[in-house]
Amino acid sequence: MEVDVQSTLTLREFGCEQNLLSRPDGSSSFVQGDSSVLAGVYGPAEVKVNKEIYDRATLEVVIHPKSGPPGVRERAREQCVRETCEAALLSSLHPRSSLSLVLQVVHDDGSLLACCLNAACMALMDAGLPMGCLFCGVTCAIDQEGQIITDPSAQQEKNSRAVLTFAIDSAQRRVMMSTTKGSFSVNELQQCIAVSQKASEKIFQFYRDSVKRRYSKTL
Amino acid sequence: MSDCLKDKVGDVLLPGDIFSFEIKPEKVICGPGLRRNGDEILVCKSGILRHKQPNMYWIDSQQKRYVPAKGESVIGIVTAKSGDIFKVDVGGSELATLSYLAFEGATKRNRPNVKVGDLVYAQFIIANKDMEPELVCIDSCGRSNGMGVFGEGGLLFRVSLGLVRRLLAPQNAIVKELEKVFPFEMVVGMNGRVWVKAQTTQHMLVLANLLESCENMTAQQRQALFRRVADGAS
Repeated sequence: MEVDVQSTLTLREFGCEQNLLSRPDGSSSFVQGDSSVLAGVYGPAEVKVNKEIYDRATLEVVIHPKSGPPGVRERAREQCVRETCEAALLSSLHPRSSLSLVLQVVHDDGSLLACCLNAACMALMDAGLPMGCLFCGVTCAIDQEGQIITDPSAQQEKNSRAVLTFAIDSAQRRVMMSTTKGSFSVNELQQCIAVSQKASEKIFQFYRDSVKRRYSKTL
Repeated sequence: MSDCLKDKVGDVLLPGDIFSFEIKPEKVICGPGLRRNGDEILVCKSGILRHKQPNMYWIDSQQKRYVPAKGESVIGIVTAKSGDIFKVDVGGSELATLSYLAFEGATKRNRPNVKVGDLVYAQFIIANKDMEPELVCIDSCGRSNGMGVFGEGGLLFRVSLGLVRRLLAPQNAIVKELEKVFPFEMVVGMNGRVWVKAQTTQHMLVLANLLESCENMTAQQRQALFRRVADGAS
């Protein structure tokens, strides 16, 4: 299906820093517009006996909201992030060990799940864990007129008819995870996926540039 | 195949990058961060691609968590003594075992003097993902060869695994420059632990801080810093 994606594809400015915390094995902060998430990865470390899996690593994801205790919404996001990470990680290379990923929301201004996914990917990469491919998160909002807005802010999300978040892998640009809210047609879903795949290319290029910058001193 | 890999030597690669054999498969030895998958080579860690003649390739990455590998020498902390084995913390995902017979001159009667909390410099004889890692303090001839329990004094600290590999490279510039500052003893374990001993405690702390700061400095910045410290120390 041919979709004119150029007209709708605008991402807010994003930024990233790796290895900024001293205690975790891998850490990153990812900023998309005014949304910002801090991620820390610990592992492969010793695992509790009841959580041990004999042929792969146990991955645990925790999302801390900006204020207050984590609720149902955070749990749902944790599950989305965990399943995406499990698909990308080659966890069978570290059997009977635990990996924990802690995400701290610093500021929420829309596209929070996408920002969490991006921060998680950068932190996993920083920790040097074996991964089969990278992944990124893209959020699309469909407004009342049917226009697709990529990487919406909180205000745009509120005014929209539907909000869709996809995780895209770097190898074949396939959809790894999707979560949606609101009502939309099949055609709109297909369009959003095409737009997200286009947007993912920009994000993966950004990943590459920021990792290059990090290793520039040891080249 | 080896041509397209060779072109990328020194470049930064990301997980998910794939190299595929074009016509005939060639012999390529994949080191850390690279995995052979049928006719393709998959990068699974981010870092710089390195090459060694004739056909060895690996990814040089900056990570902090140690994963045991066979034959590597590490600094471990003895955490428990159970029967005829010691449990040693090496910073990996599980504790390594160290038999009391794996010391130079040790026999069933003549046990080595190792206490809980001691530091040992030892080598991995078993290290794979499916088995408990095992350490020994002797080489294949039964000699200690520099391995064993550490003596009194000294200071242990942690640095990144990338810095450790740079320190252990032969003809390394950092160690050579550091030798000129003041005399010291140093033991570097592949697991990111570094032990130093100098004449005074102050010197040891200075050394620890210098090595930790080496990580993110260019050669010029480092030389300038070392010169300043040497002037202050004398």
